[in-house]
Amino acid sequence: MMATPAGYGEKVAAYEHPASLNAVNTHYCPGCTHGIIQRLVAEVLDELGVQGRTIGVASVGCSALMYFYFNVDFASAPHGRAPAMATGIKRVSPDKIVFTYQGDGDLASIGIAEAIHAAARGESITTLFVNNAVYGMTGGQMAPTTLPGQVTTSSPLGRDVRTAGYPIRIAELLATLQGAAYVTRQAVLDVPGIRKTKQAIRVAFGVQMADAGFSLVEVLSTCCTNWHQTPVDAMEWAKRNMIPCYPLGDTKVSEKTRALMEEH
Amino acid sequence: MVRELLEGNAAIAEAAIRAGVDAFFGYPITPQTEVLEHFSRRLPEEGRVFLQAESEIAAINMVYGAACAGARVMTSSSSPGISLMQEGLSYIAASCVPAVVVNVMRGGPGLGNVQPAQGDYFQTVRSAGHGDFHPIVLAPASVQEAIDYVGLAFDLADKYRTVVVVLADGALGQMMEPAELPPFRRTRDPGSRPDWALTGADNRPRRVITSLYLGSDNLERHNLRLQAKLEEIAAHEVRWKSYDVADAELLLVAFGTMGRICQTVIRVMRRRGIAVGLVRPITLWPFPTAVLRHYSAQVQGMLVAELNAGQMAEDVRLAVEGRCSVCSYGRMGGSIPLPDEIVQQLEIFAADIACDSPGKEMMP
Repeated sequence: MMATPAGYGEKVAAYEHPASLNAVNTHYCPGCTHGIIQRLVAEVLDELGVQGRTIGVASVGCSALMYFYFNVDFASAPHGRAPAMATGIKRVSPDKIVFTYQGDGDLASIGIAEAIHAAARGESITTLFVNNAVYGMTGGQMAPTTLPGQVTTSSPLGRDVRTAGYPIRIAELLATLQGAAYVTRQAVLDVPGIRKTKQAIRVAFGVQMADAGFSLVEVLSTCCTNWHQTPVDAMEWAKRNMIPCYPLGDTKVSEKTRALMEEH
Repeated sequence: MVRELLEGNAAIAEAAIRAGVDAFFGYPITPQTEVLEHFSRRLPEEGRVFLQAESEIAAINMVYGAACAGARVMTSSSSPGISLMQEGLSYIAASCVPAVVVNVMRGGPGLGNVQPAQGDYFQTVRSAGHGDFHPIVLAPASVQEAIDYVGLAFDLADKYRTVVVVLADGALGQMMEPAELPPFRRTRDPGSRPDWALTGADNRPRRVITSLYLGSDNLERHNLRLQAKLEEIAAHEVRWKSYDVADAELLLVAFGTMGRICQTVIRVMRRRGIAVGLVRPITLWPFPTAVLRHYSAQVQGMLVAELNAGQMAEDVRLAVEGRCSVCSYGRMGGSIPLPDEIVQQLEIFAADIACDSPGKEMMP
């Protein structure tokens, strides 16, 4: 008879509810990637041990109600103003971990000035920028990130670049600013991508904890509801169409950030 | 303490520092830029936060954030900049966090000019942003009052957790006159922020500050709470100053710089043997409605003098409800009348009343 290995039969937690998330259902549509990204943020806050000193700033869009889901202090900003609000919080509470979570309508359109200047100031905050190429909450209108030719409710014949211009690549744009310490674009379209995204979020918060400057993680995501696709098709569509326009990878890694990344 | 020769804008900033302001966020705009400049030098000296924002929109949202974190915080601007801040004012009032905003008014509408004006009365008193709310509005008429009301503004903002606007104008911001600064108050220790502030959910339930209330019942309940607070403010915080009102037959009603000019006017009128008094509202919201209603039974008429087209005149008419004649006299575009001009208008008004004709608009 074989000896029983030590620990055999004990229950091992392979997948737990992060302490930084509340045990509630979300309002997100089936197949939405907000749930994945918010869980990744919560896992990172848990792992860094900063839940009790974190202040989140929610934005306007599908993620507006995210403060119901996170078990950390939260403010909710006017449309596009989360980086300004986060700046106000951080400047008077420099020992706190402050992050914003914004969609592409919120950050790349109405709030692009606040995002650019927070980055330029090297504001010690972390921004999660979720890019799904449409306005989700208002029902799928064209965003600054909408792809050329992409059909939305406000570009019914497809985005015509002659009248509606071209997509804005936020990760590349902010990478030009000296105050930005870490800017990266990731995608939660498959398991390896989700793992890489979590790693990037960890680096971004690490940059803030080291007071090394502004950090932003752009996350390519989907909107099955407004894209009128199944969750699986939406993931494939994003891989085929969004990644060529929005290439994945780090666009800015400052020397201090690189040192931090090598340290870990 | 000593009286010093102080410029209005710098005095406003220094008064805030003495009142214990933790942080200032602002954007340059004439005629109040000296407020920002004074803070830019003095706040770092005091180890406090100064930040020049990229726009008034960003500035007010930085104020909103710092207020949510429980800091004593303010911004200052002038008319066009306040227009941009209105979004934030609505959110701050809705979220019940304290903030102080100084508006050193200039001529409008549009880019207007940089001369003194009072054209933002409606914007500030009636409609400081979308939705049902009023900020508390304090109207100084001298550098000393500007200093005093900045201190008062922080106390009222903290007490009622709302927006308090100090509504000055370019004349007050730019003039120098003797005034006395108050002693330094202690700043708030970051470890002892208010028990509603966002400080991190360390060994306590998390806190959320939002202005989003989905569901009509939910939002109406919130609105009723806000209205109850406004009623409490209206019951306790009405402030005004009155001059020579005991035997007045005619009443001047004016605020801020115009109120100060009218203090000279009543002396001139008294010398001419006409019993004119002055009520100078200090709080434009809550408005001294009951005071004016009281005098409406005593005087034959009220002349409302303003550096605008007759905005506060509407609140005076609402207060007196037709019990006496109300006449509006306004100058715009940065034109400031000499006392003689108001004297002349009062004489015309008195003659009109004597002829038993109803009060009419008298514009130059």
